[in-house]
Amino acid sequence: MSYILNTQQADKVLGTLAEKYAVYAPKRFVNQGRYSATDSIRYDKVSSASEIVWQVKSDYPAKEVINPIQQAIFYFTEDEYRASKVKEQPVLIFARPCDINAQKIQARIFAGNGGFTDLYYARMRERVKFILMDCNGGDDTCFCVSMGSNAVDEGDYSAAVKFSDGGMEVKVTDPELEPFFAGCDSCDFAPEFVTENELKVEVPDLSDKEVRLALKKHPMWKEYDARCVSCGACTVACSTCTCFTTRDVIYGDNPEVGERRRVTASCQIAGFDQMAGQREFRSTAGDRMRYKVLHKFHDYKARFGERHMCVGCGRCTHRCPELISISATVNKVSAAVAEIKADLGKA
Amino acid sequence: MINPVQPYPCKILDVHKESVHEWTFRVATDAKVAHGQFMQLSIPMIGEAPISVSAQGDGWLEFTIRNVGKVTNVIFEKTAGDTLFLRGPYGKGWPVDQFRGKHMVVITGGTGLAPVRSMLNAFAAGPGLVKDVTLICGFKNEEGIVFHKELEEWKNKFTTIYALDNDVKENWRTGMVTAFVKEIPFDQWGDDYAVVVVGPPPMMKFTGLELLKCGAKVENIWMSFERKMSCAVGKCGHCRIDEVYVCLDGPVFPYSVARDLVD
Ligand SMILES: Cc1cc2nc3c(=O)[nH]c(=O)nc-3n(C[C@H](O)[C@H](O)[C@H](O)COP(=O)(O)OP(=O)(O)OC[C@H]3O[C@@H](n4cnc5c(N)ncnc54)[C@H](O)[C@@H]3O)c2cc1C
Ligand code: SF4
Ligand code: SF4
Ligand code: FES
Repeated sequence: MSYILNTQQADKVLGTLAEKYAVYAPKRFVNQGRYSATDSIRYDKVSSASEIVWQVKSDYPAKEVINPIQQAIFYFTEDEYRASKVKEQPVLIFARPCDINAQKIQARIFAGNGGFTDLYYARMRERVKFILMDCNGGDDTCFCVSMGSNAVDEGDYSAAVKFSDGGMEVKVTDPELEPFFAGCDSCDFAPEFVTENELKVEVPDLSDKEVRLALKKHPMWKEYDARCVSCGACTVACSTCTCFTTRDVIYGDNPEVGERRRVTASCQIAGFDQMAGQREFRSTAGDRMRYKVLHKFHDYKARFGERHMCVGCGRCTHRCPELISISATVNKVSAAVAEIKADLGKA
Repeated sequence: MINPVQPYPCKILDVHKESVHEWTFRVATDAKVAHGQFMQLSIPMIGEAPISVSAQGDGWLEFTIRNVGKVTNVIFEKTAGDTLFLRGPYGKGWPVDQFRGKHMVVITGGTGLAPVRSMLNAFAAGPGLVKDVTLICGFKNEEGIVFHKELEEWKNKFTTIYALDNDVKENWRTGMVTAFVKEIPFDQWGDDYAVVVVGPPPMMKFTGLELLKCGAKVENIWMSFERKMSCAVGKCGHCRIDEVYVCLDGPVFPYSVARDLVD
């Protein structure tokens, strides 16, 4: 069923939903942006519709709700590891199609890769229902259509909403959510998806091993030695990046108790591949950029099939302090590949 | 739900000093491990490190550890009776079934001997498992030599070449392991041999190239990799190279895969 709600009704429904579910949505954090007097938009708990930022894309992805920047995975005393507990409350996440598709990508790694399912991801993910947020076209960094992640299937969400200044329209697909909308006026709203972005990306064909090996040696990566400062902001903001490091922390003044923490890691930061007593394998920003870009636009798909590890959300471009654009980078890769194929007589 | 990163406590049964910086810890556990697999060793408040199983027996495993950092330094403070936390085994070990009945060549650099030690002991204990074994072990210098007792025993069972990189030692050769590859009689073996190589990355790279030069076939060579790891279960991303995860698909790789991997 589809319903139309004014702002008061929308706030009320969100309030009731928040009594049963932990409801997460993009929220504005005033003056917490990158530059002074700029805001940051990121996921947080909400209990009213008016808190939800729908007008613009969030700076940070929905993944933060499911795999937070850091979390305790074990508590220990000297002779015991106890896995951390999780609240049993079900979770609703308001997310655009790119963020919902990103979770399908993360799931391939967290739940299943190598036959292992990560407890911390799985126990959170199974409590999550998505509410699809209508995307009003994104911004000038988006290229979801090029990545085929502009749309989702009806089975991917429990409800779809389109916010407007006057309230919201919603299509409820999960019977569990129907009662919350009882008494609201019905309408014939159905979600629509973006069909064209301003920005288009040509994803290169890297299926040929010889071409790939040549691409890895291509001078294009050197450019990033000078431009990229290896801050890792791009991977933190990325909808799909999953990497983490495990770190033990001792509690304050008691060296006998502490916790083992999972902390987001970035392949763009020096030391990601550093082993004791050995030189780093990827010691330059260019090496690390190559590693990231090839993972997103070849390696992931080569392992898991289906799709690439980028949903074209453009958040990495948006966050980069050095104005490095992922779409421009991929288009450069395509140009380099065309050049390499011509040289190898494979054009 | 199973937690694949849950460590469990094990008693240290014995600590044996192989060299100044490499000690072997025997730990009580019933874990069943394939030759060449590794475990995550864990110390609360400190962290975890992936370590190869260097020997195994009824109710115990051995780890031969070099103290280079946070976790390994603290492990070196432990003695028999202390507790060590383990999880695993992880990864793919040596494809021993493919080695059965063949001429076996094992080439190691330094502590690269640890991940092949349990397999070598199995070859030594069960003649007939493979046709024969040619073992080439290189160490930087005399202080770096590990498994002294076994090196002596293996001399009687295998064709051995033991070498120090630059130093001179009685009955030992001097030079890098690559220098001795040409002495392996690949031309007499047809296709009936298998080669395994373990050591630091440059050693494996140059040994692989030398093997090909001396007529060994790519399909008959395997290598074991070490990469930074945090989870050992294909989640953290640290060990990934191209589309492979060293913790899942390795640490042992066929050379046909290993030679094209670009970190
Ligand atoms: C599959 C696999 C099997 C392995 N098998 C073995 C094995 O059998 N035996 C074994 O000893 N190791 C083995 N290793 C290597 C071992 O896991 C690493 O050496 C590990 O980093 C040690 O952990 P740590 O916490 O003690 O060192 P870390 O604290 O992780 O070292 C951290 C960093 O500190 C620096 N560092 C600190 N101290 C030193 C130092 N003294 N010298 C140089 N750098 C230093 C290094 O930059 C290093 O990156 C294996 C690794 C893998 C992946
Ligand atoms: S790589 Fe950039 S555009 Fe692609 S999913 Fe990650 S943040 Fe979005
Ligand atoms: S690409 Fe930009 S955001 Fe990413 S590490 Fe480099 S400088 Fe930082
Ligand atoms: S060690 Fe974490 S993915 Fe391999």
